[in-house]
Amino acid sequence: MATLNVNGRNMSVEAAGDTPLLWVIREQLQMTGTKFGCGAGLCGACTVHVNGEAVRSCQTSVSDAAGKKITTIEGLSAKGEHPLQKAWIAEQVPQCGYCQSGQIMQAASLLAKNSNPSKEEVVAHMDGNLCRCMTYSRIQKAIMRAASEMRTASNGNERRAT
Amino acid sequence: MNTHVKIAKSESVDLSRRSFLVGTAAAGLALGYSSIPAMIGGDQALAATARNFDPSVWYAIAPDGIVTVTVGKAEMGQHVASTMAQLISEELGSNWKDMRIQLASNDPKFNDPVLGAQITGGSWSTMMNFDAMSRAGAAGRIALTEAAASIMGVPANELSVRDSVITHAKSKKSKTFAEIVKSGKIAKTFTPDDLKAIKLKTPDQYTKVGVSIPQLDIPPKTNGTAKYGIDVMLPGMVYGKVVMPPVRYGATVKSVDDSAAKKVPGFIKAVTVDDKTKTTTGWVVAVANTYTNAKKAAEALKITYDNGPNAKLSSEDLLTEARRLQAKEDSGLFFVKAGDTAAAFGTAAKLIEAEYTTNINIHCPMEPMNATAELKGDIWHIYTGNQFATRTGAIAAGAAGVDPKHVVMHQMYLGGGFGRRLDGDMTVPAVQAAKAVGKPVKVIYAREDDMIMDFSRPLTFQKMKAGVDADGKLVALNHDVVSAWPTARWGIPDFMTPSVDKKGGLDGFTVNGSDFFYTVPNHNVRAILNEMAHQATPSGQLRSVAPGWTFWAVESLVDELAHAAGKDPAQYRIAMLDGEGDNDGGAQRLRNTLLAAMGLAGYGSLKLPKGEGMGVACVSSQERKTASWTACVAHVAVAPDGEIKVKKLTVATDVGTQVNPDGIRAQVEGAALWGLSLALYEKATLKDGAIEQTNFDSYTPLRMSQTPEVAVSVIANGEHATGVGEPAVTVIAPALANAIFNACGARVRALPITAEAVKAGMKA
Repeated sequence: MATLNVNGRNMSVEAAGDTPLLWVIREQLQMTGTKFGCGAGLCGACTVHVNGEAVRSCQTSVSDAAGKKITTIEGLSAKGEHPLQKAWIAEQVPQCGYCQSGQIMQAASLLAKNSNPSKEEVVAHMDGNLCRCMTYSRIQKAIMRAASEMRTASNGNERRAT
Repeated sequence: MNTHVKIAKSESVDLSRRSFLVGTAAAGLALGYSSIPAMIGGDQALAATARNFDPSVWYAIAPDGIVTVTVGKAEMGQHVASTMAQLISEELGSNWKDMRIQLASNDPKFNDPVLGAQITGGSWSTMMNFDAMSRAGAAGRIALTEAAASIMGVPANELSVRDSVITHAKSKKSKTFAEIVKSGKIAKTFTPDDLKAIKLKTPDQYTKVGVSIPQLDIPPKTNGTAKYGIDVMLPGMVYGKVVMPPVRYGATVKSVDDSAAKKVPGFIKAVTVDDKTKTTTGWVVAVANTYTNAKKAAEALKITYDNGPNAKLSSEDLLTEARRLQAKEDSGLFFVKAGDTAAAFGTAAKLIEAEYTTNINIHCPMEPMNATAELKGDIWHIYTGNQFATRTGAIAAGAAGVDPKHVVMHQMYLGGGFGRRLDGDMTVPAVQAAKAVGKPVKVIYAREDDMIMDFSRPLTFQKMKAGVDADGKLVALNHDVVSAWPTARWGIPDFMTPSVDKKGGLDGFTVNGSDFFYTVPNHNVRAILNEMAHQATPSGQLRSVAPGWTFWAVESLVDELAHAAGKDPAQYRIAMLDGEGDNDGGAQRLRNTLLAAMGLAGYGSLKLPKGEGMGVACVSSQERKTASWTACVAHVAVAPDGEIKVKKLTVATDVGTQVNPDGIRAQVEGAALWGLSLALYEKATLKDGAIEQTNFDSYTPLRMSQTPEVAVSVIANGEHATGVGEPAVTVIAPALANAIFNACGARVRALPITAEAVKAGMKA
């Protein structure tokens, strides 16, 4: 029995402490947006945020995640309108779509810290996330579009504040 | 193989004999092809329909005006459902915001109208369904218009349809689709002749075809709500983890000791799979209450095996066997036999021979194989994303020991298909485990299981013998293709190709592409089955299938011949694309596409630094009768140590008619990068009968940091729409090899291309 804080809600789960967070999220909490890809931290399909950091949930145990703030694709924004999600639609990024939850969560952790990344920073941050449909160039474009939108929005907020 | 697979016989699916029915049903208006042969006549068909309205519902319009298109195709990233909706909406005149899509079950009524089965592959869908979908949309518009005319009391020919509203301009009256459907008075039958007589829109009238309408399946793929097979949750469901035997194929289980597994909490049972369909051999499923516990139990099982006849085989053995078979005069069957190559070799000025190989390649879509099986009453419900519901349903039925009509396939989104999900192996452990434990079971392959049990692209060996005349022109070609035969494994005679001399059926999906559009007066192609590889590495269709290796050989060889003749390789190709005889039309389109790519890339005009080169290739993938026209100019830099840097891929493709231009670009971009990944980064090997690569650390598809600029140019010249999901895969490897030769003088003939091979080639 462990208590997990997922997308702002405390939830108790029945699982051995060494159970990968991925399977608890998918099977017990029935949030299936987080995907199983390789089980070895090699593909990034299972990426979630733990205390704001992008982690591979297949490599994170329930006991390590307990008491920390976990965010999944379902909780990235209330209505699926995070700038990255909007940019993913604007750039028509997904093909099969299976890796895209992980791609978006990985990208979100970059933009949370760096709202003006260079192309090289994007590539370095995203290189652990495989896309078998190979939508890489659209992923890059969407990240740049979202970053730009976030900068514009925050400039606007600053202007309003003054 | 597959002796126990019984494919359900569907009724005739020949649309030329089917009526199209439009009628009010319980939930609105249903539109589809009749399951009643039309030869009984329109009136009788309508009468029969009134009693029992059961059309193949291709789309339905609800009383609120929402149009739902049911698509019997696998949605695996090509946005095919959205494309079909676009075609219907164009002719129907519906408002795009009212369009919805849903995936069909395996009911034969959703079979592809041309192929007579539910199968998604070959880049066939748009090409083959364009006309049927357009006519279905138009028939709906006509029925709605006639109903509106009677409601409004005006002549139907004075009405216009736009954005789901039917308007009478003179009286300024109008009715929405929703209002007409609610009136509940529509019943119209189109005979095959009526359907044929419908005048479809001309391209200048299109408002949706040719427009990059956002794909309907994309929003749910950005917020985690899209449901894939692996996401299926059924009440009371338990989980299965497969324990794979130590060899790819041919093992049998001797004993299973579950004493340690019984100590794993939640463990239910170890099920030894008895697969009469012979899709799998030697599999055991550990069933438990969670996937994690199933995995722990699987690891705790102690299983002994008889490793069977393939246990000592390696990739080297398969290649040696391929060479042995190729050297025999009587091997294989002729796919092409034109002129007299033996005589032409005798008079040729020069003979050039070359061998081209490709290694085993693994599909590894991001969603590992999985299936959920549940027996309800006497019906097996199978939940999985699959490209070939007709055959996979039959495999599941074989695994369950029931007739295929007792299997319902619930189609889900596919987390990548690429041909892998044409196979139905994942249903076998799910069905047998569910049967053994009496509960619904979801079986999920670990990535390792998925990789070592892939129905892979086979190892291939091709031997080319070319005769050229005094000008260096190709006058005779013998082309032998030795491989496992993926399609023969299906056991469906219709998918085999008769040899040109009627000596037997060959797997055309191992030689497509070798029947190219170059004019070569004397030309033989032999398809040779490598039985050893066929048994040891049951192969499948991997994105682009045969043209992925045949054009590797053809387009490399043609380049070699051009250089031997001292001619520019692009001009050498253009000279052979003269459109003589059967090549008329196709050859010219391919020539034009090549010229387009050359122009876009600056081929021959850009001055490149030392160590850089451009190479060309052009292909008529997939099959000769379903060709798209694709050309690539690859630009590479080669370092002195043989390391290759791909600077840019320029791809031009002639698709005839574009339905969704942005969707086409996405497919061509992805396909080109697949081609690059196969050419440089992906290699699987067999050792001791097993695939050695088990995860993304040892089998390494392209990553973002390896992605070069890909410039795509789509040519839409008004010809019929062609397919785009695969052709661009096939043009990349030869273009790269040809660019590498131009950059450094090294000729590579084996895929994947390695720095070592390039360096070795430079010295030679």
